[in-house]
Amino acid sequence: MKKVEVSAIEEGTVIDQIASRNTFKVVNILNIQDIDQVVLIGYNLSSKKLGTKGIIKIGGKLLTQEEVNKISLIAPDATVNIIKGSEVVEKFKVAIPESIEEFLKCFNPNCVSNHQKVKSRFHVINKNPIRIRCHYCERHMGEDDIELV
Amino acid sequence: MISLKNKDIISILDFTKEEILYILDISKRMEKEGSSEILKGKVLANLFFEPSTRTRLSFETAMKRLGGEVVGFDELGTTSSVKGESLRDSVKIIEGYCDIIVLRHFLEGASRLTADSVSIPVINGGDGASQHPTQTFVDLYTIKKVKGELENLSIGFLGDLKYGRTAHSLAYAMANFNAEMYFISPPSLKTPKDYLEELGSRNVSYHEVESLSEVSSKLDILYCTRIQKERFSDPVEYEKVRGIYKLSKAVMDELNVKEDLKILHPLPRVDEMDESLDATSFAVYFQQAHSGIPVRETLLALVLGAIQ
Repeated sequence: MKKVEVSAIEEGTVIDQIASRNTFKVVNILNIQDIDQVVLIGYNLSSKKLGTKGIIKIGGKLLTQEEVNKISLIAPDATVNIIKGSEVVEKFKVAIPESIEEFLKCFNPNCVSNHQKVKSRFHVINKNPIRIRCHYCERHMGEDDIELV
Repeated sequence: MISLKNKDIISILDFTKEEILYILDISKRMEKEGSSEILKGKVLANLFFEPSTRTRLSFETAMKRLGGEVVGFDELGTTSSVKGESLRDSVKIIEGYCDIIVLRHFLEGASRLTADSVSIPVINGGDGASQHPTQTFVDLYTIKKVKGELENLSIGFLGDLKYGRTAHSLAYAMANFNAEMYFISPPSLKTPKDYLEELGSRNVSYHEVESLSEVSSKLDILYCTRIQKERFSDPVEYEKVRGIYKLSKAVMDELNVKEDLKILHPLPRVDEMDESLDATSFAVYFQQAHSGIPVRETLLALVLGAIQ
C-alpha cells in the first residue's frame, strides 16, 4: 500500500517536485499566510528524481500565470496539479518564459532599473540551470542571484 | 543590403559581424573623404550625465565636420535630474529638440532605457561599468588598420578587466572573428563571470593569467586599460593595484614579443604606460584616438540615414 505522506485536498492546487531547498521560497511567492483555506506543506520528502522534494497543497486556490512564472524560476522542475472533487483534472510542468518582466529585481546595484521608475526586464539565456540577462545593464543572473519582488 | 538607419547603438552585442565590417568599411571611406555637409540641418544632443571630455568632444567634432549642430550638457548640476526629474521624462522632452542623442551616464543600462523611451536614434557614450560600443568600433577600426584584418588574431587584455568596459565590449566584438583571447589581470580585477560565460557560449578560446610575460610571445594585439580610480569605493583597494602593470620601452625590450605586436589603449593613461613606449613600433594608441573622429562620423551618418 502506498504511504501517503501529505494528506489530499478536495479542491485546489498541488505543487509537486519542488527541490527541497526551494520549498519555502515557493511558499513565500504564494503569500500563503493570507489564505484562509487548508494549506499542507511537505518538506524533505523522498523523490527518485530530486533526492528530496517539497510539495505544497493549497485548498481553493488556482495559480495565476505570474505565480506560475515565478515558481518556474525558483523551482524549474515543479509540476502543478489542479484538483477538483479530489481528482487531478489538469497537470502541467512549469515552464520558464522567454522574457521576464516586473517581478524580478536586477542584482546589480548600479543598474538603472534599481534607480529609475522602470519595470525590470530580463531575457532568458539558459533554462536549466537558469541564467538570465538584464535587458538594461546586460548583467547575468543565476539561481542564487534571483530576487523576486 | 545593410541599413543602420534609426538603429540605436547601445551594445556591441546588438551588431552582427556583417554590420561591424560594414561600419568599418564606411569609416575607412569617411577618413579618406574628410569633411562634408551630409548632416546639415541635423542636431545632436550630447547628454553627458557623467563627465568625459574626450568622448563628448569627439562626437561634437564628428557632427560638426559633417555639417551638423550640437547641443547638450556635461554636468549633472545643470540638468533637471537634480530636481528629481526621471531620466525617461528628460530624454522624452529632449528628443523634441534634436535628431539624435548621445548619452553618457553613471548608471548601467541608462542608454537602453533612453533608447526604449524615445523614437530618435540613441548612441551609448558609455554607461557605468557596462558598455561603450563606439569606443569598440574605434578599437576594431584601429586593429583592422594596423593588422590588415580582424580574423584569427591573438589578443591580450591587460589591467582592469573587472570594471574596464572597453575591454568587455572589445572582447565581445572580437568573438566574431575567431580570436584567441588572453585576460591578464590581478585576481581582484579579473573579468566578471558574465562576460566569460557569454564568450564561452560563443565558443571563444580564452585564458586567464596574472603575468604578461606568460603569454606575451603569443600576442598580435595587446589592449591595455587604465585601472580606474573612480570605480573603487575603497581607496586602499585602489592603491594595492595601481601601477601593477607598467609598460615601458625597457619592459618591452625584456619581454618576448612578436615584432609586429601592436599596443592599444583607450586613453587616458595613468601609470600603466610610460611615455618611453610612445616612440616604439608597438604603440598605436594615438592613432587609435584619432580614429575616433571618422568612426563616430560614420556612426552618426549611418543611423541618421545620411549614408544608405
